[in-house]
Amino acid sequence: MIAFVNSVGQATLRAFAALGHAAYFAVDLARFTPSSLRRFGLVVDQIYAIGYRSLTIILASGFAVGCVLALQMYYALVPFGAAESLGLVVNLSLVRELGPVVTALLFAGRAGTALTAEIGLMKAGEQLSAMELMAVDPRSRVLAPRFLAGIVSMPILAILYSAIGILGAWLIAVELIGVDPANFWSIMQSKVDITRDVGNGIVKSFVFGVICTGVALYQGYETQATPEGVAYATTRTVVFSSLAVLATDFILTAMMFSTS
Amino acid sequence: MAKKSTETLVGVFVLLGIIALAFLALKAANLASFSAAKTYTVRARFDNIGGLKKNAPVRSAGVSVGQVTSITLDKNTYQGLVTMKINESVQFPVDSSAKILTAGLLGDQYVGIEPGSDDKNLANGDLIKQTQSAIVLENLIGQMIFNKAADSGTAPAPGASLAPAPAASAAASGSKK
Repeated sequence: MIAFVNSVGQATLRAFAALGHAAYFAVDLARFTPSSLRRFGLVVDQIYAIGYRSLTIILASGFAVGCVLALQMYYALVPFGAAESLGLVVNLSLVRELGPVVTALLFAGRAGTALTAEIGLMKAGEQLSAMELMAVDPRSRVLAPRFLAGIVSMPILAILYSAIGILGAWLIAVELIGVDPANFWSIMQSKVDITRDVGNGIVKSFVFGVICTGVALYQGYETQATPEGVAYATTRTVVFSSLAVLATDFILTAMMFSTS
Repeated sequence: MAKKSTETLVGVFVLLGIIALAFLALKAANLASFSAAKTYTVRARFDNIGGLKKNAPVRSAGVSVGQVTSITLDKNTYQGLVTMKINESVQFPVDSSAKILTAGLLGDQYVGIEPGSDDKNLANGDLIKQTQSAIVLENLIGQMIFNKAADSGTAPAPGASLAPAPAASAAASGSKK
């Protein structure tokens, strides 16, 4: 009985310690990020690695999702004689939800894991300790440029995802099925608001960028410096960032779109 | 050289993002309707605005000429005060009338402006005096029940005794002011 109470207490304390640790890490990250602007070359390199090289997966996925949404929505809308609203439905679901969220999930899988593995291996190879010995703070030399690159890349990727998805929907709906193109675009234009829908989508993807990159860097930086430790940390990056993105998305959606 | 190509590719990436944003804003959202075209503001009081919403279109002969910018309750007359902006290229005579209409059977409501015949045109801030309220389905049904009861000539069932009230303020009564 005492042992059980003891283990509950231990688990609670450990959870809070981990939370505090992560909070300190987040504060550090925020503190060092501006300094990475002085090493802008590093940020550019990271935007290339994180953002540009994620383009293929993001564009392919966005295009596929746009096409599939168009097909499915067509079958759902035709009985109501509302096939022209197809563009609107696809646009709103992409810009508000799917764009930011699916991009973030793919980003966690494509770029987050790479970040965690890279930093974890740097730690395992004692490169981080070597930097510290040279009086270079690895947090400002290694972590901050990657963090900045992540939060810059994510909104761009999410916008591209939505745009290519809408193009995919247009291709299916207008070119293949034969929905009237003028209505396809004009219903969209009359109902999609630039600040409420597009703007909030960008805010979302920015928040997801902070979450995904932050989690990936934290897992990499705090990993056990062993091969198993890095493997474990990489897995946790995907799981934690995905769960955090989904939970945050619900809260953000409730805050942004509840009244409209 | 390797450095250069990285920078170029990042440039391509960022430019792609900007192009996509421009596409979303101009082609797939309503930014184009905030066009630089100058507008002027007119107001109209309606007895009942029905389901009219902010940003609803203002149309004349079915052509979109403006947008509803705000809807408030006039505290003195207890009427809905609808403010709308109209493209400056479109001018209406001062005795034009405004109606709240519905696009299709279940569509959104919009303000329709029917031009009058006066020589003077509406200026910025003017009030459209002739208005016609939105048609409220409940009032129509109430009126129908009332008419039916009147036709049959007998004292109507208890439920129908409520009917005259909505019928009296019936939908299509043109506002007087």
